[in-house]
Amino acid sequence: MQFYGETLSSRLMLGTAQYDSPAILADSVRAAAPGVVTVSLRRESANKLAGQAFWSLVSDMGVPVLPNTAGCHGVREAVTTAQMAREVFGTDWIKLEVIGEADTLQPDVFGLVEAARILTDDGFKVFPYCTEDLVAAERLLRAGCEVLMPWGAPIGSGKGLNNVFGLRALRAHFPDTPLVIDAGIGRPSHATMAFELGYDAVLINTAVAKSGDPVGMAHAFRLACEAGLLAHAADLMEERDMAVPSTPVLGRAVLA
Amino acid sequence: MHITVNDEARDVTADALDAILLELGYGNSKVATALDGAFVPAARRAQTRVADGARLEILAPMQGG
Repeated sequence: MQFYGETLSSRLMLGTAQYDSPAILADSVRAAAPGVVTVSLRRESANKLAGQAFWSLVSDMGVPVLPNTAGCHGVREAVTTAQMAREVFGTDWIKLEVIGEADTLQPDVFGLVEAARILTDDGFKVFPYCTEDLVAAERLLRAGCEVLMPWGAPIGSGKGLNNVFGLRALRAHFPDTPLVIDAGIGRPSHATMAFELGYDAVLINTAVAKSGDPVGMAHAFRLACEAGLLAHAADLMEERDMAVPSTPVLGRAVLA
Repeated sequence: MHITVNDEARDVTADALDAILLELGYGNSKVATALDGAFVPAARRAQTRVADGARLEILAPMQGG
């Protein structure tokens, strides 16, 4: 599976926010062995220069970065943030977020399509944070996106895959498009399920960073992603409504 | 000259963007700049004049999800 012509070393993408310390972040990244880490941009104070220390930490990890436009609620704001991110991080990959609703952090799919078109025309490789809406997905592909990142559930909620039917339909409609579950994953089993549905990658942050042991949880997610990927490749059995004995009936003794 | 830097009022003497960054103490830090909401690439800072009352945003790498 390639993302804009590049093969990642892992299908797990890991966010870098909300860890209790830089050391725990670095150890978690080592334990998860992600294909990319996501990063962002915020105001830099000349007194503290906190961003410089963070960038040094991330650079030392040796993992490709995927910058985001988190917190942007409008097209212009998101486009400008993407331009600034491209210069600072030295990549034309951008995880495009245009938030439309504050309580659920649901994407504004109308603004998202508009911003995606502007950015792809400008040479960006856009990873749009979207919903499982098939029409919005089609418009994003027409706008030049070659990857889709639907939510599983609202960002940070940990509720997993809220609309399995919709996500399965999205997978079926776009069999050749790399699909990444971007938000809402709370447990390793959610990540496994995403791969079992045929998704190509997952992006996780809060589930690792806010767990009791982020390093241990990062390792658990690494194994869960691998399990799901292997399970999908091995072709899962069909579900049945009725029981079917797994032990052969033929040759059973009559003892009653 | 009065300008707003990351939403804080500041007085600066320089008027070129690259000089203003030095004056504010950013040195050669890895930052991106936007003037009045528009991105200014690093390569264009020297020829970008900042007007009195301008809004300057200076951003740097930060943790993200």
